[in-house]
Amino acid sequence: MKWLGSRAAFAIFVVVLAVVPQVAPAFWVTLGNYIGLYSIVALGLVLLTGVAGQTSFGQAAFVGLGAYTTAYLTTKYGTSPWLALVVGMVITAAVALFLGFITLRMKGHYLPLATIAWGISLFYVFGNLEMLGGHTGMSGIPALSFAGFELKSENRYYYLIWAITLASLWATNNLLDSRPGRAIRALKGRLEMAEAFGVDAARLKIVVFVYAALLACISGWLYAHLQRFVNPTPFFITQGIEYLFMAVVGGAGSVWGAVLGATVITLLKQVLQDVLPWMFGRSGNFELIVFGILMILLLQFARDGLWPWIERIIPRRTPPPVPPAEPLPARDPAARAGPLLEVRKARKQFGGLVAVNDLSFDIRPGEILGLIGPNGAGKSTTFSLISGAAALTSGDIRFRGESIGGAPPYEIARRGIGRTFQHVKLIPQMTVLDNVALGAYLRGRSGIVRAALALDGAEEARTRSEAARAIARVGLADHTFDAAGSLPLGKQRIVEIARALAADPMLLLLDEPAAGLRFLEKQELAALLRSLKADGMTVLLVEHDMDFVMGLTDRLVVMDFGEKLAEGQPADIQKNAAVLEAYLGSVV
Amino acid sequence: MDLSIAALLAQDGITNGAIYALLALALVLVFTVTRVVWIPAGEFVAWGTLTLAGLQTGAAPGTLKVLVGMAVIAGLMEAWGCLRRGQTGRLPRRLAAWTGVPVAVAALVWWLAPMQLPLPVQVLLTLVTMTTLGPLLYRVAYQPLAEASVLVLLIVSVALHFTLVGLGLWFFGAEGSRTPAFSSTSFTIQGVNISVQSLLVVASSLALIGALALFFGRTLYGKALRATAVNRAGARLVGISPDFAGALTFALAALLCGFSGVLIGPITTVYYDSGFLVGLKGFVGAIIGGLSSYPIAAAGALLVGLIESFSSFWASAFKEVIVFTLIIPVLLWRSLTTTHHEEDE
Repeated sequence: MKWLGSRAAFAIFVVVLAVVPQVAPAFWVTLGNYIGLYSIVALGLVLLTGVAGQTSFGQAAFVGLGAYTTAYLTTKYGTSPWLALVVGMVITAAVALFLGFITLRMKGHYLPLATIAWGISLFYVFGNLEMLGGHTGMSGIPALSFAGFELKSENRYYYLIWAITLASLWATNNLLDSRPGRAIRALKGRLEMAEAFGVDAARLKIVVFVYAALLACISGWLYAHLQRFVNPTPFFITQGIEYLFMAVVGGAGSVWGAVLGATVITLLKQVLQDVLPWMFGRSGNFELIVFGILMILLLQFARDGLWPWIERIIPRRTPPPVPPAEPLPARDPAARAGPLLEVRKARKQFGGLVAVNDLSFDIRPGEILGLIGPNGAGKSTTFSLISGAAALTSGDIRFRGESIGGAPPYEIARRGIGRTFQHVKLIPQMTVLDNVALGAYLRGRSGIVRAALALDGAEEARTRSEAARAIARVGLADHTFDAAGSLPLGKQRIVEIARALAADPMLLLLDEPAAGLRFLEKQELAALLRSLKADGMTVLLVEHDMDFVMGLTDRLVVMDFGEKLAEGQPADIQKNAAVLEAYLGSVV
Repeated sequence: MDLSIAALLAQDGITNGAIYALLALALVLVFTVTRVVWIPAGEFVAWGTLTLAGLQTGAAPGTLKVLVGMAVIAGLMEAWGCLRRGQTGRLPRRLAAWTGVPVAVAALVWWLAPMQLPLPVQVLLTLVTMTTLGPLLYRVAYQPLAEASVLVLLIVSVALHFTLVGLGLWFFGAEGSRTPAFSSTSFTIQGVNISVQSLLVVASSLALIGALALFFGRTLYGKALRATAVNRAGARLVGISPDFAGALTFALAALLCGFSGVLIGPITTVYYDSGFLVGLKGFVGAIIGGLSSYPIAAAGALLVGLIESFSSFWASAFKEVIVFTLIIPVLLWRSLTTTHHEEDE
């Protein structure tokens, strides 16, 4: 289901939208035009802020870039507006790429600060360049026309603006419900997880920022040809902040929040600009006070904005079961002699502290190996070294005979090592199906453009079917469409295993999977791991819980103070004097 | 450009830079302790000037109305919080602190305002008013969201900036104000004219920075704030209340910004919305310091003042553009030296 909510609600919306210019006074059409233009910009911010967890106050400047490019090219050179749109988008993309590149590798507050500076700078550039008309602006911008049909009235623009608005909504919604979309949704607070499944987070953040900037540029282009006049004022930072308010008020988690927010803020501003000067007895931007207070109250009491309240009254269809499809390309399971994973004198030092001290052990194909040890023994650090989350100080790790020591998590995932997290890292609002499908990220290839234009249907069907199979495999088929965050912890851990399975791994790394589970949940987990082993999966289990490990593993490696204390069958380990001493203290 | 012009521009740049430095320090302080990117700092600068300008005319400044209004809201929030948690016993003390003190300050200033006391007293009243406003702002707008992400706190900051600009227009009007110089004398060294006013600005900035260094280095409260900045959870575990740390931080930051306002008043005409750009220049300095280093932030702010001053000579129309573009090489450098990209809290 690509559209949120029911199709009927959407149909009603479109019909109302289409009828407005026929029946309503001209003033309403003007308002409708602005709401459409603002929605397009706010939509980019919904994706950037609500979904990807980044933000920009400089969207108004990108709108200005679109507007000024077409204004300049069409009035000075008589360029076709359509060509000017392309030029504007190229310039916008270049600026956004640059701003994204210099800020998005760092913490989240550098992008908004940079966009404030960018928004202000561009305003002064527009206002001071003679060739762009300075603060008075540029007039005489031609009306749009296609194939001899000129858009002469606001009514005609209305249909064009809303066609583009709906198209952007459609594309963005497609995007959110796709391979790159799932990765984008992981950018907010789940970077480490996303990278473990092969997402290039830094690059994806920049792509999302460019996408949002391009939407703003399109809106600016439309604005310039609607007004037939541009000046710097509507592209100042104040307007950039209002765009962000629209996204937050509407609800930064849903594409429809953009339309709702643009509508609410536009209408509210209209009302306030009439009422407030009369209340205060003089004119001025008093609506700023109300907007500011409204925002603070919303963030304090309803951080998800207004859209969730509307969504509640729209009937939801229960999604149909995922149709089976051809499996995604799978790994060649060709057997090879020797161990699957070899840890050779792996060492990790944090300054003077040696967390892992020249540790060596093997994992053989088809076994469940337990890595145990008291608190602080270096188990988790060893896990991070294998999964690529931490870099080796010295030594090597080889997977299927090839060195993976020092490889990034992305590369390690690609070679066939799947992992879970000690602290569950699911995307809580996303369904179990989508969470698990994210695991198959590296098995697909659809990019942003294919996804936005809904050209990824075949691959998407295969991915979903693959994810559904992994969910059924771990016994959670009844929860396929539940929000992952609504499940109890035990089930969330199982979802993490399903997500790892969706990547088609040859080795599964589980980081304390039994932590915080109740007795029955532990038994279910153990049964699942046994059945995975029966299917030929190799598992490395880092665990605390002795009872859990003893009954389940084939072999154990015991660590203490960063070194290997013992290695062997569970029964032997239980009798090993050194292990007993490490765990229970010496019996002197 | 000859040497005397260069010297004049440098003097201007250093004077402005010293003011931006105070702001940059306030921004670094607020960010490290509370994770708030404090965009409305600029409004506190403008309000500082406008409050002093109001006192000059013998009228009670509009700031007092905001102070009383915020004190009432903070009192209601405290009352609601105490009632909900069933801690009615604490209510009187809380109300005294959050409503009583600010109202008393407002009453005092309102009573003294028409007397047109000497300039130093008026400056003191201005600083007391602004310093009282800081914690109220934290209590009302930020404290309920103290655990939210940096992003949410940043959006709150921007919303607050809108609100304060609107309130500024309401209470101070659209006309700009200037405050009198502390001294109009100047002297000449080697043909370079040096105004005593500039020296006073630089000296008082330095004095305030020194006082701040003493506060952080030598007092228990200062050390508590430093501890909170290093590790919030850890500071909480050893008994430093995050609410208290936030309120104290905002008091200090408001003092710094209000003082900047007092210093900038004689240099330029300040309008209700002038604060934004001034505040952002402080941010450019703070960003140069990575929002974490006090000395680099102060040095960065000084650089901003100098660049602004020299670019107003060469390309006056583009002076803002040049100042704000300064952060691009800084960000570029920081980005290239960041080995892996960082995850947000």
